[in-house]
Amino acid sequence: MLLFYKILRVGVVTEPLALGEPDVIEVAREVETKARRLLGRAVAIREVDAGSCNGCEIEITSLTGPVYDSERFGIHFVASPRHADLLLVTGPVTRNMEVPLLKTYEATPDPKVVVAVGDCARTCGVFRGSYAVVGSVDAVIPVDVFVSGCPPEPADILRGILTALDRLPQRNGRRDGA
Amino acid sequence: MAPELLLLALSVASYAVGALAALIFRGMVGRALVAVGALVGSLGTLALGAWCLATGATLAFAAPWLPLTGLALRADGLSAFFLVVVGLGGAAASVYGFGYSAHYDGRYSLRLLGAMFNVLLLSLAIQVLADNALTFLVTWEAMSLSAYLLVLVEHDQHGTVRAANWYLAVTHAGFAALVAAFLVLAGGDMTGSFAAMRSATLPPATRNVVFLLALVGFGTKAGVIPLHVWLPMAHPVAPSHVSALLSGVVIKMGVYGLMRVALDLLGGGPPWWGGVVLGLGAVSALLGVLYALMEHDLKRLLAYHSVENVGIILLGVGAGLMFQSYGLPGLATLGFIAGLYHTLNHACFKGLLFLGAGSVLYATHTRNMEELGGLISRMPRTAACFLVGAASISALPPLNGFASEWLVFQTLMGGALVPHPEAAIGMAIAVAMLALTSGLAVACFVKAFGITFLALPRSAEAERAREVPASMQVGMLVLVGMCVALGLTPFLVVPVLSRALAGLGGLPLTPIGFSLRLPFSVSGVTGEMSPLLVGVGVLLLGTLTAVVLRGVADRRLRIGDTWGCGRVGQTPRMEYTATAFAEPLRRVFAELYRPTEDLSIDFHPKSKYFVRSIAYRSEVEPWFERLLYTPLLSALRGAAVRVRQVQAGSLHLYLAYMTIALLALLVVARWSR
Amino acid sequence: MTAAFVMAAAQGLLALFLAPGVVGLIRWLKARLQNRRGAPAWQPYRELRKLFQKEIVVSRNASWLFHLAPFVVFASTLMVAVLVPVLAAPLPVDRIGDLLVVVYLLLLGTFFLALAGLDPGSAFGGMGASREVTVAALAEPTLALAIFALARGAGSTNLGEIAARTMADPLSAVSPGHLLAFAALFIVMLAETGRLPVDNPATHLELTMIHEAMILEYSGRYLALIEWASALKLLVFFVLLGNLFVPWGLATALTPGAVATAAGALALKLGVLAVAVAVLETRVAKLRLFRVPELLSASFVLALLAVTSSFLLR
Repeated sequence: MLLFYKILRVGVVTEPLALGEPDVIEVAREVETKARRLLGRAVAIREVDAGSCNGCEIEITSLTGPVYDSERFGIHFVASPRHADLLLVTGPVTRNMEVPLLKTYEATPDPKVVVAVGDCARTCGVFRGSYAVVGSVDAVIPVDVFVSGCPPEPADILRGILTALDRLPQRNGRRDGA
Repeated sequence: MAPELLLLALSVASYAVGALAALIFRGMVGRALVAVGALVGSLGTLALGAWCLATGATLAFAAPWLPLTGLALRADGLSAFFLVVVGLGGAAASVYGFGYSAHYDGRYSLRLLGAMFNVLLLSLAIQVLADNALTFLVTWEAMSLSAYLLVLVEHDQHGTVRAANWYLAVTHAGFAALVAAFLVLAGGDMTGSFAAMRSATLPPATRNVVFLLALVGFGTKAGVIPLHVWLPMAHPVAPSHVSALLSGVVIKMGVYGLMRVALDLLGGGPPWWGGVVLGLGAVSALLGVLYALMEHDLKRLLAYHSVENVGIILLGVGAGLMFQSYGLPGLATLGFIAGLYHTLNHACFKGLLFLGAGSVLYATHTRNMEELGGLISRMPRTAACFLVGAASISALPPLNGFASEWLVFQTLMGGALVPHPEAAIGMAIAVAMLALTSGLAVACFVKAFGITFLALPRSAEAERAREVPASMQVGMLVLVGMCVALGLTPFLVVPVLSRALAGLGGLPLTPIGFSLRLPFSVSGVTGEMSPLLVGVGVLLLGTLTAVVLRGVADRRLRIGDTWGCGRVGQTPRMEYTATAFAEPLRRVFAELYRPTEDLSIDFHPKSKYFVRSIAYRSEVEPWFERLLYTPLLSALRGAAVRVRQVQAGSLHLYLAYMTIALLALLVVARWSR
Repeated sequence: MTAAFVMAAAQGLLALFLAPGVVGLIRWLKARLQNRRGAPAWQPYRELRKLFQKEIVVSRNASWLFHLAPFVVFASTLMVAVLVPVLAAPLPVDRIGDLLVVVYLLLLGTFFLALAGLDPGSAFGGMGASREVTVAALAEPTLALAIFALARGAGSTNLGEIAARTMADPLSAVSPGHLLAFAALFIVMLAETGRLPVDNPATHLELTMIHEAMILEYSGRYLALIEWASALKLLVFFVLLGNLFVPWGLATALTPGAVATAAGALALKLGVLAVAVAVLETRVAKLRLFRVPELLSASFVLALLAVTSSFLLR
């Protein structure tokens, strides 16, 4: 009973999504209008850790928490790429994860969107040039949106996902990062 | 000549021709003649039974000039029904057997197989017509012996001889009980005719003794726990069409005998008779399916399911006996109808499953589920037939298993009307046990079908499997048709059954009325359902959904790899095994199974961090062998050793024995004058 | 007569279209109980619409069973929705299927879904199938005894009869037999529909899944059918719990007024049950898989007590 008393006392703590820094999110490819319209209101996300340090994962985890609450935008995380529409990829792609990442991409049904999260996913970050790393995520699978940061804030990740679906409020006119 | 006698003569002659042809002809001609003889005989038997059920004709034939009390045959409703069961099972098995026995040519004796197959069918057909004790016992023994010889056909396989020995021993123990039962039942009457037994009045204690002896005798044949140990040994090692016949028809003779003696000849008895049968049925059903779950030998699994289904049949029969003793004839009829319906259904779907298992064995030479897989694409028709059989035995609507289980449930729920709360609560517990049994049967058959047929083949043999010859497919398809037909039309079957039971042991003569659906109103218990309409409804809704989807939804389809978290490649070793599938249930029922686990790991010689192979073996505690049979057998052996001391080998001692025996006999004869 | 059949079809369709809403309502309530905004209650409809427009990816090791299973599951669950008294009782469709038919039709869906989990040959599918049939088998005795307790009072296993008998005898609704049967059936509902504490519907850890694991291979319209069928199964259980144990509000005559009242009563009952499930799921944690049989045994004991009390208190 103490639990429910606490719940009722705290109330809803979700923060509204602010505008944020424009240059954090980079749109690499245009997502088709058809896909954007289909996935606009209900998106299933499969998160793929292609070799990251898990810093980005911790930020992604808070997305489903009460403060950032990705579910209010119709986003939910799923267990299998077959159920997914959007792949959320983190980390520089290591040699061992190159094929699994590719297989995950192939297992996802069309239409699909790929959002790469973190500096490592875009430029390999601090791991650039390492013997264990193949390259950035777009060297393996086509990426639609990059979210920079090490790690990016959960709000930025959310904005990146919504940009990919063109559902970000107040952003209808601006397409690219600048 | 009356058509019944004509059909009977035709069947007998056909079986005889089939048996003789097996002994005379060889190769494919021999096999064909055996199959034709058995098929025509079975069709004749089927026609005879159907004719008698449809027209209500009764057959009567006597040959008193034969030795002892002679042959006496009579067909009433119950016999006619079991003739249908025999005919159906025999027909499907004989067609299938033609193709199946091809791979025995040169390796095992086709003459024994063909001859004994026909003799078995002949003895089954005559047995249900038997109208005196001698005929019944002679045909019973003929049935047991021919079945024993059939089990021995593949004599060099591992475990066959042991299985056959167990079968022979247990069936003769049962036979002894039956002889005793009939002797007591006949009383002083020397003809041993059933008519005399029916009208005789025996003291209650004698009737109880007869009932118990009959229960033991027929229970050994039916495979009731704890008299079931021979079943999972003998049925798997027999040729598959023989297994189908053994499981589908021969064990039903135990049910027939029990109903004949308890209901017809004794005319019913005190409530505890029904209670004992009900209890044995419930225990057999539950334990049968629990042991089946742990098996990964396909045919042994099916054999344990036979134990389970006999349990369900006895639930119906036991409930019927109980209701009869409490004076609720409508519910009693319902119980017997449920039991008989399940008998017919089980003959169909168990026969189908054994024929399917036989096809798998024919194609892959292994019964072990852990080595199979991927057969659905290699043997598509067998897979489809096995699926229908699996769905039927799991009592899924609208197939036949559901129709009869529904009737059993309704019968047991009628137990609410019994005035004694202990009987009513007993029936409630039986309902719960039946529900658990049926849920576990679903689990078991998901395992059996899924591991055997689906996913990737787990061995080279399974990979090389090809579809079986046409005659084997036809045998299976006939039974598929029967499963579907019997499931969709209970409103046709039930009136026939109630007519068959009319007048037996005081049951009401007027049959229960039914309409297109299956409503009934019996002593305040009402229930109604229509599997036909439900089946049509599901089919319609499914088709409608598919049609709507074609118009509305996206139709793109892409072939990809199985999702395995991105690993490279997929091998059969990544699939679930049968042992793994049953593991949660093994844990839940660990107190019953007391599984012993044996894990042996073969390490790489260079480093203990690398493993070459891991072998895991889990055995289930064989309670009945350990607690019942082993002590019994060692006691018998001990007694036998002690008796052997009488055979000292000395001629003088034997002469002394004979003299003493003669003197004793003279004294007894003088005294009883 | 035709009105009755139209009613039956209509209530089946109503159940079908209401089902995702009930699931969405539970999710929204859970979100609010987790102090977050959550998606609106009609979010599952959007998800279904999206899934119908997506491509299907099928494993190359899958057989025709994989393609057949979603339709069998969907059709059998929809048939059940037609048979249960959603708005009106008794209806002529009542006589086609009773409670036992309902239970076994749901089992038909489970059978095919489990086989479809085994078909592609993945370890997850096998694991999900194995666990799902274990839970389904262990829930069966409780279901049967709950049916027995209900049927005993009504003298029949037909759903309309049971509802009518309870309406005619209001005191029986609070008899110990009824209450215990309700509790037992509630626990079975949690087990059969994959709700906490038996199975977490929102998990994405494969080793904790029961129902989800079987459908990891499905995508697109097949997945939509299966998700819709499982939402419908939840609605069917809610309808059974609501309209068999508290049948007041069911339309006994097919007049517009009665049907409207029935719809309102249904909405109320679904709402109450959704709140109960949401609160329960927030309060308890998922049980370890091998503790689930203990929970189901507890529900079996409740059902057995329901039956014995209904005998002894008659």
